[in-house]
Amino acid sequence: MIAVHQLTKRYGRHTAVEDVSFHCEPGTVTGFLGPNGAGKSTTMRMICGLTPPTAGTATVDGRPYRQLPNPGRTVGVLLDASAQHAGRTGREALAVAAATMGVDRRLVGELLDRVGLGPTAARRRVRAYSLGMRQRLGLAHALLGDPRVLILDEPANGLDPEGIFWMRGLLRDFADRGGTVLLSSHLLREVEAVADRLVVIGGGRIVAQGGKDELLAGDGAVVRAREDAALRAALHRAGLTVSEGSEGLLVGADTEAVGQVALAAGVALTELRPAGGGLEQLFLTLTATAPDPVVPATTTVEPTGEVVR
Amino acid sequence: MTTVTTTPEAAPAHRRAEQRPSLARLTAVELRKLVDTRAGRWLLITIGLVSAVIVTLQLVYAPDDEQTFANFFTPSLVPVGFLLPVLGILSITSEWSQRTALTTFALVPRRERVIAAKLVAVVLAALASVLTSLAVAAVGTLVSSATGGAGSWQFDRMLLVHAAVFQVATALIGAGFGLLLLHSPLAIVVYLVLPIVWSVLGELVRPLHRVAGWLDTNLTMEPLFTAEVTAGQWRRLAVSLLVWLVVPLVAGLVRTLRREVT
Repeated sequence: MIAVHQLTKRYGRHTAVEDVSFHCEPGTVTGFLGPNGAGKSTTMRMICGLTPPTAGTATVDGRPYRQLPNPGRTVGVLLDASAQHAGRTGREALAVAAATMGVDRRLVGELLDRVGLGPTAARRRVRAYSLGMRQRLGLAHALLGDPRVLILDEPANGLDPEGIFWMRGLLRDFADRGGTVLLSSHLLREVEAVADRLVVIGGGRIVAQGGKDELLAGDGAVVRAREDAALRAALHRAGLTVSEGSEGLLVGADTEAVGQVALAAGVALTELRPAGGGLEQLFLTLTATAPDPVVPATTTVEPTGEVVR
Repeated sequence: MTTVTTTPEAAPAHRRAEQRPSLARLTAVELRKLVDTRAGRWLLITIGLVSAVIVTLQLVYAPDDEQTFANFFTPSLVPVGFLLPVLGILSITSEWSQRTALTTFALVPRRERVIAAKLVAVVLAALASVLTSLAVAAVGTLVSSATGGAGSWQFDRMLLVHAAVFQVATALIGAGFGLLLLHSPLAIVVYLVLPIVWSVLGELVRPLHRVAGWLDTNLTMEPLFTAEVTAGQWRRLAVSLLVWLVVPLVAGLVRTLRREVT
């Protein structure tokens, strides 16, 4: 499992990640969502001990990453598919990792098959790989140590629709067998299909987290009445949470409950509907205010140059 | 009848997962990384070829009586010593230029262990280059004695020791520059240009003349090409290596340990 506790990263005056906390339990897939530049990659690098946090802690399997004796056997990491030596063949890149972890060399061939890189592709140098092939190689790399935890940063980038479907199945299967998966994406649709839980980050802060169903259900209702005050009072008496929305009152209950309260109080409603698309709306707002323009998924690798602190 | 049952398959597998990779294993990995790319392989092949070319040229052009084992061996050290630092630099900086540091340090988060393994690998490569020089010199001597040259095998063992010190030192100086600058072209250029600048300054500026005797590695390493190095010469060598090898290595190590990997 992964436990992130109040992680914060500041670069000078710029705060990239602020007070981020969440847990990933065994048997679940957690989608880490946010527009580009929201702090997903920085958070994941901090979990993996590659970026020193300004404050806060993160543990994998109960220990800080840097204290794992042989991390590759505990947690499979894919932070950037392009972070492979362009001059090595795909097979050699995995063989080097296998040698480092002390994993049987025969696994290399098995994994290359499993991620759909055939013998011809495996013999080619990574330089000649498409982004999709690099992602597959990265996944093979992450799975090589037979880990219990997977941490994947934008693994669907560059994969074709079939590849994305395949990857979802692989991750679902990994979690169903008791594994823990944390995967990031800047596309809600991409993780919606596979994640059990969602952690949404924007501007370095967590803006929402919880079970996917409850977040996506957009629980709550929007209700309007001529006698606004009477409706509000009735809802309060019924013990429901009420807040002022731009299109009426936002109530923390479904439309049926709100309708019952209104009927009992004898208030005529002018409008009653589910709040709907809460997360989607939230996500769109985040994306619209994101500092960096959102690049279409097909072309991206997140900009990473040689950034010296 | 025993009541204790263990799962023999699961236990060792788990223990193995808990074991951190040994330094020997990491060194083997780093040696592998030196040769598993085209660039690395060609650099090593070039180092071998350079020795062979030097010996061949001597066979053709050197006077017969100078065609001895020792005379074949020593001249090949300089051009090889020119290339070994590049190997040292690239072994460190390619992790950053190719961005493999991300995967390397994710697998081995104790970065100092990776660096240690890299330094050992570079030292082994330097020692192997000395063996190559020896082998090529031996072939040269055999050819020479067959073609009427001196073909003398007389060889002071200290020459071999000094050659090893020379090659290991140059390779490690390169690694130090790589660690400190973490950027292939920059490290190579600085490594090649700095000593030249230093030599020129040492010649031009009077007060620097004496200092250069202690700090210019071109000068302090010269005695290593002979069989006899005096205590004073060792001292000068030690001081120059402290400045050009130890300081960059330590500073570079600190920088690499702290640097954010992206």
